[in-house]
Amino acid sequence: MRLINRRPDRTSWMLLAALPFLLVLIAYALGSAVRLAENPSDKLLPGLTSFVDAIDRMAFTPDKRTGDILLWLDTATSLARLVAGIAIAAAGGLLVGLAAGLLPYVRATLAPFVTVASMVPPLAVLPILFIVVGLGEASKITLIVVGVLPCLIRDLMLKIDDLPRQQLIKAQTLGANSWTLAIRVVLPQILPRLIDSIRLNLGPAWLFLISAEAIASEAGLGYRIFLVRRYLAMDVILPYVAWITLLCFLMDLGLRVLQRRAFPWFEDARASA
Amino acid sequence: MTQISVRNVWKEYGEQVVLEQINLEIAPRSFVALVGPSGCGKTTFLRMLLSQETPTKGEILIDGIPISPEPGPDRGVVFQRYSVFPHLTVLGNVLLGAELKGGGVLGRLFGTARRQAKEEAVKLLDAVGLSHALEKYPAQLSGGMQQRLALAQALIAKPKVLLLDEPFGALDPGIRGDVHKLMRQLWHEHPMSVVMVTHDLSEAFHLATRVIAFDRRRNLPEERLRYGASITNDIEVWPRRVAGNPDFGKEPTLPRRDDPAQADGHPDRDDPADAA
Repeated sequence: MRLINRRPDRTSWMLLAALPFLLVLIAYALGSAVRLAENPSDKLLPGLTSFVDAIDRMAFTPDKRTGDILLWLDTATSLARLVAGIAIAAAGGLLVGLAAGLLPYVRATLAPFVTVASMVPPLAVLPILFIVVGLGEASKITLIVVGVLPCLIRDLMLKIDDLPRQQLIKAQTLGANSWTLAIRVVLPQILPRLIDSIRLNLGPAWLFLISAEAIASEAGLGYRIFLVRRYLAMDVILPYVAWITLLCFLMDLGLRVLQRRAFPWFEDARASA
Repeated sequence: MTQISVRNVWKEYGEQVVLEQINLEIAPRSFVALVGPSGCGKTTFLRMLLSQETPTKGEILIDGIPISPEPGPDRGVVFQRYSVFPHLTVLGNVLLGAELKGGGVLGRLFGTARRQAKEEAVKLLDAVGLSHALEKYPAQLSGGMQQRLALAQALIAKPKVLLLDEPFGALDPGIRGDVHKLMRQLWHEHPMSVVMVTHDLSEAFHLATRVIAFDRRRNLPEERLRYGASITNDIEVWPRRVAGNPDFGKEPTLPRRDDPAQADGHPDRDDPADAA
């Protein structure tokens, strides 16, 4: 049989999916064991006990100085920034994308500008943000918005272009004006696609957040890993990285579930288009 | 009653002449089929009737008034695909016309108005045989059901003219027969004229009261750019069909055009004039 026609059954599928994860864990365990055998206080590849200690210290014991439990403080701070940034970008992207996607005058005015703006590397703007809006929360949220908004606008404009012309004509023959066409025909079809866009932009949003936190912050997941880097505290950094990955994964999953629940028609419509 | 007048209409895209010198009077309650080879501009002509495109020269009038430069509720349309909205249920798709018309800023109806609109929508859906699928989404319907939905959706806006752009072209032959029967019935029951583009001649003669053929009169390679298509045949379908009277022309006494001549004293259209 040709390779393209050979399919693993359910069990082998799951085993194969687990394989890379297992390999990474085994490689780590081996490397760690070798290094620890040579030097029991090695910091680069700490063993299981160090992780348990570090996780207990960060996630379940109040900090001696402030009384806060650091992992939860960092998580709450980072998520607040991230959600605020993404929410602002999504609202703005929806508004501008809809206007520019539907109204040729708005498109003529904004499309070239948005295209250029989306080429500006957001991290290069970070110093400007620190100077202009200060080192507080605003600069971090603004960085996420600056980084994500132009992509969302461009993506939504393209997705409105992808709606069949016939639909817009048909709506007009049913008596729609520009506004009712926007809210009854285009907006409901764009919302599930906005969720797709946000999912794709979660990665960049985290990148901007962690960068901003690494440079100037007093709490946050990114702040913490860059802080403990000074002590080579791999036992803290690695669980934090895993935790951030898990959060990102859960947000993605949540958005996917939201899309399926709120727009039950979408999956079939996409498949049949 | 809706008289459509097309006066000396030309359509050019840059250098390319697509249609030239189109003159046409369409009587109220007609069912006109536009036929012709692909690329002869019949769809372009339909789009101009719809105001999806504007004529380069000439004008199109409905009841003596030039048509609006943008699509509007006086002219309904059913396309071959993408006529229905994937995010609305079957009922929602038909309700939309009523809601856009009377729903104000929100484009939605509430309370009694919604109930009345819903009744009307259900009646239309019943007429097209979709009353069992009110809560389904279009993606869950077959192609024939989607086109029947598109017809009901267009009819709730009560258009004066219904424009059909190869509406049944993608359907299986069996289903197409059912939809033809439905289409003829809808034309009889609703006070509108119908203009349909089709590449299927038998469909054209099966449904229409009048078949209009578009073609290029000059088709040499060097002529193709500057000479467009125009109306080459304008055929009244016999026996005549009359809107609102499904049985007209079906009386057994009236022979069909291709039947052998009968010596019962009924002269047919093609019979030589009676010398006596």
